[in-house]
Amino acid sequence: MSFAPQFFTTAESLVDSLDKKILVLLRDGRKILGVLRSYDQFANLVLQDSLERIYVRDAYGDIERGVFIIRGENVVLLGEIDCDVEDALPLRQLPIQDILEMQREEAEEKARKDKLRFQLLHKQGFSVDFADSDLY
Amino acid sequence: MLFYSFFKTQVGQQVTVELKNDLAIQGVLESVDQFLNIKLRDIHVVDPERYPHMLSIKNCFIRGSVVRYVQLSPSTVDTALLQDAARREAQSTQQMNQAKPNVAQA
Repeated sequence: MSFAPQFFTTAESLVDSLDKKILVLLRDGRKILGVLRSYDQFANLVLQDSLERIYVRDAYGDIERGVFIIRGENVVLLGEIDCDVEDALPLRQLPIQDILEMQREEAEEKARKDKLRFQLLHKQGFSVDFADSDLY
Repeated sequence: MLFYSFFKTQVGQQVTVELKNDLAIQGVLESVDQFLNIKLRDIHVVDPERYPHMLSIKNCFIRGSVVRYVQLSPSTVDTALLQDAARREAQSTQQMNQAKPNVAQA
């Protein structure tokens, strides 16, 4: 099979999402919401009026990010947001300062638990070198 | 291109895609492209409590490079046909390499 220059079907699959509100999940775990304005065959994306949304348990907070250009390799998933469902979700929006505080507490808690777990594993002779490595 | 062709035969089927970050999404396979990027519709996440951000999403596009597994229903897969296709693809690749030995070495 030869690849003619016009042979890229990512175009076909993302064209329906153009100018719609989408959520992009990035490889580092961040969630960006915005309006999809452009993309290419690598899934490089341009989002307008974007927000970074931070979730902590059943709460979330937003940080405005303006125009966001995402390099394709960092994209995990692109979801079309159903606005009706979004309004009815059992999640509460909190001021971003509160969310960042909760996120920090959660991260500290996790770090504390991980440290304990790794100490135990290490005692049993397991290697924990890859504990912080990128999953991808 | 074999797997691209294979996934095209699965369009319209219910599948579960497991990503490298352990997120597993079930949905109807809507389309697939040459990078094995996958589009699903009417999705639901296997463990929704852990992924609150996925609740408001109905259709999604998953980048091929982050997929770990695609779980299919066994009844939709003709393994004999797939084996045969794999052999034929291997054979045609071999023939192409023999016809152009310089390309094969490069």
